[in-house]
Amino acid sequence: MTDHELRIKANEVRKGIIEGVYNAASGHPGGSLSAADLITYLYFEEMNIDPKDPDKADRDRFVLSKGHNAPALYAALALRGYFPVEDLKTLRHVGSYLQGHPCMQDTPGVDASSGSLGQGISVAVGMALAARMDNAAYRVYTLLGDGEIQEGQVWEAAMFAGSRKLDDLCVIVDNNGLQIDGAVDEVNSPYPIAEKFKAFNFYTIELADGNDMSAIREAFNEARQVKGKPVAIIMKTIKGKGVSYMENQAGWHGKAPNREQYEQAMEELTKAGEALCQK
Amino acid sequence: MSEIKKIATRQSYGEELVELGKEHKDLVVLDADLAEATKTAIFKKAFPDRHIDCGIQEADMVGIAAGLASCGKVPFCSTFAMFAAGRAYEQVRNSVGYPHLNVKIGATHAGISVGEDGATHQCLEDIALMRVIPGMVVINPADDVEARAAVRAAYQYEGPVYLRFGRLAVPVINDRPDYHFEIGKGYVVAEGSDVTIFATGLEVDAAMTAREILSRDGIDAEVVNIHTIKPIDKDLIVKEAEKTGRVVTVEEHSVIGGFGSAVCEVLSENSPLPVKRIGVYDTFGESGPAVELLHKYRLDGEGIAKQVRTYLK
Repeated sequence: MTDHELRIKANEVRKGIIEGVYNAASGHPGGSLSAADLITYLYFEEMNIDPKDPDKADRDRFVLSKGHNAPALYAALALRGYFPVEDLKTLRHVGSYLQGHPCMQDTPGVDASSGSLGQGISVAVGMALAARMDNAAYRVYTLLGDGEIQEGQVWEAAMFAGSRKLDDLCVIVDNNGLQIDGAVDEVNSPYPIAEKFKAFNFYTIELADGNDMSAIREAFNEARQVKGKPVAIIMKTIKGKGVSYMENQAGWHGKAPNREQYEQAMEELTKAGEALCQK
Repeated sequence: MSEIKKIATRQSYGEELVELGKEHKDLVVLDADLAEATKTAIFKKAFPDRHIDCGIQEADMVGIAAGLASCGKVPFCSTFAMFAAGRAYEQVRNSVGYPHLNVKIGATHAGISVGEDGATHQCLEDIALMRVIPGMVVINPADDVEARAAVRAAYQYEGPVYLRFGRLAVPVINDRPDYHFEIGKGYVVAEGSDVTIFATGLEVDAAMTAREILSRDGIDAEVVNIHTIKPIDKDLIVKEAEKTGRVVTVEEHSVIGGFGSAVCEVLSENSPLPVKRIGVYDTFGESGPAVELLHKYRLDGEGIAKQVRTYLK
């Protein structure tokens, strides 16, 4: 896909996020929206996957270590053809296969169960290790929150990945700057992030605008060239990106919009989509 | 009388992994800087490419095992029970248990028989912690023969398994041609009519010693080995408990939440009978030679016999 087509798709993913969270009357729109462009890029451009064969042995894998961004993952999977888009409305409902946090047995296309922060990156490391042991060609991607990296397990996993030179592993940090209790640097500063990963023997890429599709493409093209080291992409993003009243508001980390707010969000996203299509 | 052969079940674990490793290429072993102690070093020597030493990071190790399992490997994750079930509890629950991944936890150095290292390393809570995880199989083998059979059965079983091994060399009691191991199936070790002693792990042999001591007082004790604590052998427990009407459980674990509790759960719902739980009574362990500790905590044959006698009075 072209960057332009991907932007249109990312806007659809954002609509899917709002649809899901609104119908669930709970969930995490803020971080889902900040990561929407990245997840769109992974599922529509970067990864070698087949929605008709979700368990294909040599597929690329994605672990949503920041599992609370499930609405973004589900929207991307639905739009990619893993299951009907209409089902996004069942998010978090009793009996739905779309759990509040990703569940690999329930949902086609979900490669790992995640949600307890800090654990997903270790699972991704295990997958990358399996790829190496089997001489398989697949790559493994994992997305972490900037608050999530306060978890010690993240650095256990980073130390191991760096030590083993797992170059099929690509760690992405969604640096939207906010966590539940406020700004990450006020709660318990994770900064500097890139330097930390560098010290753990990662090749690091700092993305100034992680909501810019062209910049995301450049970063992943660079990441693919790296040999002998795992890659960490630290991307600055805007929490709540695409819905005006949610942008940069920690309060929208884990809260669903009411009907009025839902309608406003959908209107904004519909207009944004129309504007993109006219280009 | 010939000398009774003694082998630590951690040794059985390491050796059986090598045998299984020869047969199955998908078997991989992880450790957290304790390969010499957990005996996975034996596997490492045989299959260096399939032994992953994660260093001192149990949480990450369990997550890595989950990732490996999701890609078709059969990982055996090894460390001390304290760190496998304790430190990495939530990783075992969420990264392995919740997705029901095919990860085996080989936990060595369980119980106070760790000995000199003392309370920080003597896990008395692991059975309780592991058996509440949905879908987790929990096995506590009694000796070398049973431990080897359990490792093999764990490989063949599809799903998460917690295997509990000890540091102390314990008598080999199952070395007989008709020995048969099946997950979830206990067996009567010795018949008796006055009291039924359900034992698990190294306490099976201790219970047999207790039985001998009790017989001198005219007490005829039955000993039943329950190696699988989950899924537990309900039918056998109910049947044997009803036979004598007096029930004792023995475990090298806290009496809270572990094997004794599991037996009580079965009986209270199916055949309510009083149960005396023998184990560690809501206290931490301490340093000392393993055999002396087992004696002090009344978990050797003599201690069990005394407690049973008091209970039956």
